[in-house]
Amino acid sequence: MEGKEKKMTGAEIMVRSLKKEGVDTIFGYPGGVLLPLCDHLYDSGIRVILVRHEQGAAHAADGYARSSGKVGVCMATSGPGATNLVTGIATAYMDSIPIVAITGQVATHLIGSDAFQEVDITGITRPITKHNYLIKDVKDIARTVKEAFYIASSGRPGPVLIDFPVDVQRAEGNFEYPEEIEIRSYKPTYEGHPLQIERAWKTIKEAKKPLLLVGGGVISSNASDQLRSFIEKTGIPVVFTLMGLGSIPGNHPLALGMLGMHGTKYANYAVVEADLLIAVGCRFDDRITGKIETFAPNAKIIHIDIDPSSISKNIVVDIPIVGDAKNILSKLVEKAEKLQIEPWVKKIMDWKNKHPLTYEKNGLKPQYIIEKLSEILPEDAIICTEVGQNQMWTAQFYKFKKPRTLVSSGGLGTMGFGFPAAIGAQIANPDRIVVDIAGDGSIQMNIQELATAVYNKLPVKIIILNNCCLGMVRQWQQLFYKRRYAYTCLKDAEPDFVKLADAYGAKGYRVTTSEEFDNIISKVLEEKEKPVLVDCRICEEENVFPMVPAGASLDQMLEGLA
Amino acid sequence: MAENNEKEQRSHTIVIAVENRSGVLARISGLFSARGYNIDSLSVSETEDPSISKMTLTVRGDERILEQIYKQLNKLIDVIKVSDLTEGDFIDRELALVKVKTLNSAVRQDIMQLASVFRAKVVDIGKQSLTLEIVGKPSKVNAMIEMLRSYGIKEMIRTGKIAMAREFSQKK
Repeated sequence: MEGKEKKMTGAEIMVRSLKKEGVDTIFGYPGGVLLPLCDHLYDSGIRVILVRHEQGAAHAADGYARSSGKVGVCMATSGPGATNLVTGIATAYMDSIPIVAITGQVATHLIGSDAFQEVDITGITRPITKHNYLIKDVKDIARTVKEAFYIASSGRPGPVLIDFPVDVQRAEGNFEYPEEIEIRSYKPTYEGHPLQIERAWKTIKEAKKPLLLVGGGVISSNASDQLRSFIEKTGIPVVFTLMGLGSIPGNHPLALGMLGMHGTKYANYAVVEADLLIAVGCRFDDRITGKIETFAPNAKIIHIDIDPSSISKNIVVDIPIVGDAKNILSKLVEKAEKLQIEPWVKKIMDWKNKHPLTYEKNGLKPQYIIEKLSEILPEDAIICTEVGQNQMWTAQFYKFKKPRTLVSSGGLGTMGFGFPAAIGAQIANPDRIVVDIAGDGSIQMNIQELATAVYNKLPVKIIILNNCCLGMVRQWQQLFYKRRYAYTCLKDAEPDFVKLADAYGAKGYRVTTSEEFDNIISKVLEEKEKPVLVDCRICEEENVFPMVPAGASLDQMLEGLA
Repeated sequence: MAENNEKEQRSHTIVIAVENRSGVLARISGLFSARGYNIDSLSVSETEDPSISKMTLTVRGDERILEQIYKQLNKLIDVIKVSDLTEGDFIDRELALVKVKTLNSAVRQDIMQLASVFRAKVVDIGKQSLTLEIVGKPSKVNAMIEMLRSYGIKEMIRTGKIAMAREFSQKK
């Protein structure tokens, strides 16, 4: 066996193991106890993208993973480096994204002594990782890496952290990479139970008002084709969670857009009236259910999910099917036939015509910008978002046509996610257009990554929907807190984003009208060498509607200010 | 929709087989605190296979909570098997050490008599106190402790229950 006799350091074993897993890029930041690993990576052939803050590294690895379907990798040193990864790891955990985070750790004999830059990162990340490891012995490195990648990417995917003490990085050992591993306590279920699938199909066939509810699980299991065949064979309309957008084209006649708090009226009406809800790869988060007692009050529920603990956690379901969405959907496609549900589909189409998403077209409107981008960008363009109004307008007005083209923090709702995630997405997809739809608040949470994007010549397009405030929070204050705008106004110290872009060596534009936006956008999209930032001075009062207030039923939608 | 009499709170005895590794106990207890489940008792130790530890937990909850506890535990990578023994016949035992005040020899005699009824062992005697070891079903341990309270318990410690399914266990 190659190199079996040759001793090498733990750092080298780590690098070789990562290569065995096909890792081509690591997003990271160096530090004292990470030095042996950094030194080995330096001429290893693995590309290390130096970020400007470790949080950026975790989000970039996440964006890399979401957009490519591969495992994203980030690294940071011990102590503050490791804790700076925490938000990024939690973001990936909530959205079931496969990343592996490697952290330096103080030498094993110092662990527990409150050494310089020591923190118990496996303790800290226990509730926000799928699993984590502290490697105490050089002989455990290869197996740990193998397990980490397997766990991160199989079953319901998720982040795995490997804490790697500096003395283990320096210790010598042999490199033997396990080809196969078996974890006796971890056996994800992929095949759906045939009897449950049979039961589900029987129920579907009998339904008069069936509706599909599609979440991120369809995207992570690459089940778009199967979903589309199932929809087209049966004629069942479909609503999406934020994470499910793009699983089938948003302009498909049976696609009703997003449901939930900022969902379309017709999606929410359909959920309320459906007599059967077929949920695939979603977890009934409170942002989609609204008041849980009145969610889908007339419907039986079939729930397809790979994670048994998602089933009957928030919503009691009638027919659970545990397994991989792709596997189960393809079994359903085999059985599928055209359903006699014309009156139901017609009713939905009437709602769709009667209650389209709208906005007043006066001044520079964020919805206009998103619609315009949706119209002119190629189908494979990747849209990252920050969190807040920018994210919801994107979800409402951008018609995602392909899976993995929306990269957005759904579960954790992490401001500052979009831009570093866009960097990761651009690295994974160098030939595609990558856009970050941002707000003026959230872009400032990781604006330092402009340096990363400029240095690596990444032409990420940053569209700031600038309303000089933390718009979503302000919207809630306007609606529910008597317009007392506590701490949401950014106007008094808004940086000049164009100058800021310039200072970093990026390109910046400012637009204040729709015409100006139309005039510069093609120039923005053509840029191939550096990031471009567009500061769009949108109407400051614009809000996201419709809106289901927190704790209300889905059919209790606000359409505007009272 | 399935809703009805599932809300009834019951005590369940759960045995979890886990990888015998550091941090596993923290993962389990962290899961309970993070999701707001209550543990009434917990006991952990090695098994006949040194790579496996077993934990016995007593938890309280309705059917839905129990189902979630079961699934969430199974989701942890280090958890090999979760069994709810309450569904069948099982043996459960607990050990308690109780130090009781003994101000005079009459009291000491009383307590020793009590001990023999409960088949408890005297494991230490001092001038002011007597320490008993009692093993049995938690209900028996409770009964003994209640009897001892009137004499004045100086100190008490319990292992928490351990449990095992019977070989011929009838599903309830």
